[in-house]
Amino acid sequence: MGCLEALKPQVILSQSSFKEAREYIKKNVREYHEVEPGYKIHDVHIIGVPPLYVGVEGEHLIFPYTKPCHGTFVVKVAGGEDIARLRARKK
Amino acid sequence: MTENDEKTALILLGCPQVPVQTSMALYLVHGLRQQGIRPVIAGTQAARKLMEVADPDRHYVLEMTDLDAAIDEITGKQRDFDLCFVFIHNDSGVAYAGTVAYISKARVYALLFGEHAEELAGEIEFPCEVVAAKAVHNPMPLKRKLDKVMQWAVSKR
Repeated sequence: MGCLEALKPQVILSQSSFKEAREYIKKNVREYHEVEPGYKIHDVHIIGVPPLYVGVEGEHLIFPYTKPCHGTFVVKVAGGEDIARLRARKK
Repeated sequence: MTENDEKTALILLGCPQVPVQTSMALYLVHGLRQQGIRPVIAGTQAARKLMEVADPDRHYVLEMTDLDAAIDEITGKQRDFDLCFVFIHNDSGVAYAGTVAYISKARVYALLFGEHAEELAGEIEFPCEVVAAKAVHNPMPLKRKLDKVMQWAVSKR
């Protein structure tokens, strides 16, 4: 997972479609925010067709991560300052 | 979109699992250059290596870049393109095409191929021109459809 690997992600959903990843976050994460395609978390761009969601769970972010050969994963990583940045976005 | 007004095209290559991708990408790059359009290829490392090996003297291939680096440059407003061709044979390809359609001002062409080209075409719900053909090993079905879409093919007949 390239630079995401360094964040030691917990993989919640593997090799799904971006739509399945979207639905998973919407149904299973209480706090989620809509972001635009290309939105950056740490050094990773969110890839997909709107609407795209990034979830917040405690100190962690949950988001879809798309690999060209292996589909979309839902991953959970430490959120750090990105949580505040996400919450501060215009609705 | 370059400083001297030369038109540019981004060619997004997905996973090179389906054989026709490299052949069609070289054909597309050739056609674009004949039209005076500068092609920039973005893809996975394997997809780029296939292009490099197929065109060792760089007769067709000019600039190549990493897929994520290209997305980064467009979202960072450092660069954009006039045209963008996205090679799609799986769900990830649709996701990348949807992203480019959103972040870039380029006219987007979704080139769908592989066993499930038609089904994947049905998943496209964003503005772009769809070119779909069930082509896995033989590029001709996709080439014929691309020829119909692209001006250079028309002008050469």
